Amino acid sequence: MQIFRAHVLVCGGTGCTSANSEKIISELEKNIENNNLQNEVKVVKTGCFGLCAEGPIVVIYPEGSMYTMVKPEDVKEIVEEHLLKGRIVKRLLAGDTEADDVSKSLDNVEFFSRQHRIALRNCGIINPESIDEYIAYEGYKALGIVLAEMSPQDVIKVVRESGLRGRGGGGFPTGLKWEFAIRSKNEQKYICCNADEGDPGAFMDRSILEGDPHSVIEAMAIAGYAIGANQGYVYVRAEYPIAVKRLEIAIEQAKEYGLLGTNIFDSGFDFDLEIRLGAGAFVCGEETALMTSIEGKRGEPKPKPPFPAVKGLWDKPTVLNNVETFANIPIIILKGAQWFSSIGTEKSKGTKVFAIGGKINNTGLVEIPMGTTLKEVIYDIGGGIPDGKKFKAAQTGGPSGGCIPEGHIDVPIEYDTLIELGSMMGSGGLIVMDEDNCMVDIAKYFLEFTVDESCGKCPPCRIGTKRMYEILERITGGKGEEGDIEKLEILAKNIKSSALCGLGQTAPNPVLSTLKYFRDEYDAHVSDKKCPAGVCKSMLSYVISDELCKSCGICARNCPVDCISGEKGVPYKIEQEACIKCGACMEKCPFKAIFKNA
Amino acid sequence: MGSVDCCCRCEAVDEKKQMLLEVIEKHRDRKGALIPVLHEAQEIYGYLPINVQKTISEVLDIPLTEIYGVVTFYTQFSLEPKGKNKIQVCMGTACYVKGASGILDKLKEKLGISEGECTEDALFSLEATRCIGACGLAPVIMINDDVYGRLIPDEVEGIINKYRNEELK
Repeated sequence: MQIFRAHVLVCGGTGCTSANSEKIISELEKNIENNNLQNEVKVVKTGCFGLCAEGPIVVIYPEGSMYTMVKPEDVKEIVEEHLLKGRIVKRLLAGDTEADDVSKSLDNVEFFSRQHRIALRNCGIINPESIDEYIAYEGYKALGIVLAEMSPQDVIKVVRESGLRGRGGGGFPTGLKWEFAIRSKNEQKYICCNADEGDPGAFMDRSILEGDPHSVIEAMAIAGYAIGANQGYVYVRAEYPIAVKRLEIAIEQAKEYGLLGTNIFDSGFDFDLEIRLGAGAFVCGEETALMTSIEGKRGEPKPKPPFPAVKGLWDKPTVLNNVETFANIPIIILKGAQWFSSIGTEKSKGTKVFAIGGKINNTGLVEIPMGTTLKEVIYDIGGGIPDGKKFKAAQTGGPSGGCIPEGHIDVPIEYDTLIELGSMMGSGGLIVMDEDNCMVDIAKYFLEFTVDESCGKCPPCRIGTKRMYEILERITGGKGEEGDIEKLEILAKNIKSSALCGLGQTAPNPVLSTLKYFRDEYDAHVSDKKCPAGVCKSMLSYVISDELCKSCGICARNCPVDCISGEKGVPYKIEQEACIKCGACMEKCPFKAIFKNA
Repeated sequence: MGSVDCCCRCEAVDEKKQMLLEVIEKHRDRKGALIPVLHEAQEIYGYLPINVQKTISEVLDIPLTEIYGVVTFYTQFSLEPKGKNKIQVCMGTACYVKGASGILDKLKEKLGISEGECTEDALFSLEATRCIGACGLAPVIMINDDVYGRLIPDEVEGIINKYRNEELK
């Protein structure tokens, strides 16, 4: 094997790829050749590092220097200075990694030091398109141990004792799910992986598939052995082209190495894997709907029981886990149940990956031990709110979850604590909102999502969410009526108790949680016809201050509907009737003389 | 977009139909073949006109009603042709709270079309789409396979013009 003196790791996740990291890789390779370093330095395209806000990211080892927001034109300097002369390019170092003359190792960066990477252990470290690199990091060792030394019952016992719960939303104990499936006697069983990550704002499953696809393949084979299944399906969103491609490559490589297929490790165990592409239906994240979709039908959910462990895909016993859940399995086998259950809290073991986004400085992917407080995630890891704005709420659990207000920011993040607050863990999207976000508008946003994604099978979801949406539209449109809020509450209660599947049962949560914590904002919309955050257009007006206006006329020239008039020496005026409240005038005014009246 | 079958009623089938038949052949023995076939058929035609669905129905022996039901259930499948450049505005939560609606409004204004529509010259189609997972770059739009991130409404016109100019070349 060739030894290199330096490794240049370039993030090839979706975020960095869209910020031109492919170009950086080709520039690196070109410049390394030009300097005749190709036998000393190796460029590795890795998965996501997590710090998407600062992308594209380049990390150079052995120093561990992390360069952020690298542009193709910076590459020449990196190669000539760092790789050739050994001088770190300080101006490109990540914000707080610069210390004296050397760069701090990544473990000392606040963003990373508070994390505990288990599911993301290989993301950003190995080349996801190389099975050898995965194997070098103990890849497929767990599968080997399982097949050589453990009975299916042993495997399930380890998973049960680890306390691992489903990372896709519901938090059902994984070991228990597997046990139900082993008890269902049938010659044909299936393992499915839910990679239909539909929760807006969550992208950890995609990052795992892009950064470490083999860990999911290995875990699915382990699960197959544990419950007695020989066939697996990965159901992945078609909107994730990079993830699909890397998964295809990984499956191909695993087959080549005999780690998938017949008689794996000479154990007599066969396991095969197929990819199925989703087609853009959020409801297919629900387990029974996902299986119906794999069968080639409309992805509508089915009533439970029977549960999939008894009667799932093609009516056979099936275990469905999500990507992040699977990514935890190999390392649990290697390090043991006790190691895993020592991380986290009493009822929530291990770690959880969150995609933090919205009004926060360090948007990206973080993996934290369960029990970390929301405050630590937002301020210590996330770097706080940009532009000195005030934190208002954090939304977790997507369209099934809710908003956590400032008063509860010290909550330790666990399955049960979040549910108590009217939200839920969900798949791990965490969107931060500041004072400029209107909570009624956010509730409406999620309801619009559910109305659109409701499959239409059961009336409470199909009709009920639509009625809720109409009421919210009325309220945000400045036409809210007395009693509207109460109607919302009644509808919410009824939909929760009568909808067929998880999508409908949780659809009212965004409304209920915003009502719980921000009822005054709803009241202001309905009673005073005011939107305190200044978001709902029907309730705002733009005005020009007579004192500050210099009559330059820039606002009038930028108004798309020509409703601003004035002349030299006289302050300009906005004709309110005609104004479409686009805000273009306020954006363009060089004297900041235009204000938004909420 | 030409018709699926040859218009002169000769024996020859057009190239696209040949590709479609090959795709169906490749998948027909798989369990649950319909959705993979629809995905690839849409890649060939750009959308799924009723003639294509009929062909799939005949060869796979699945009732047309069922195929139509599947096609209309999933947002990825389209019964209408798309523009040459497919603009998708991400409406995920992260993009939404960072002003995706403003970007969408600007696109509508500059293109003169609404969501789900195609410009008259068939150069652009516009869609509001689900989270594309580039939340770190919010707000983002995707044109074909290229992602444009950290956008402000004023940048929209320049991006559209880039594609218009390419067309003129």
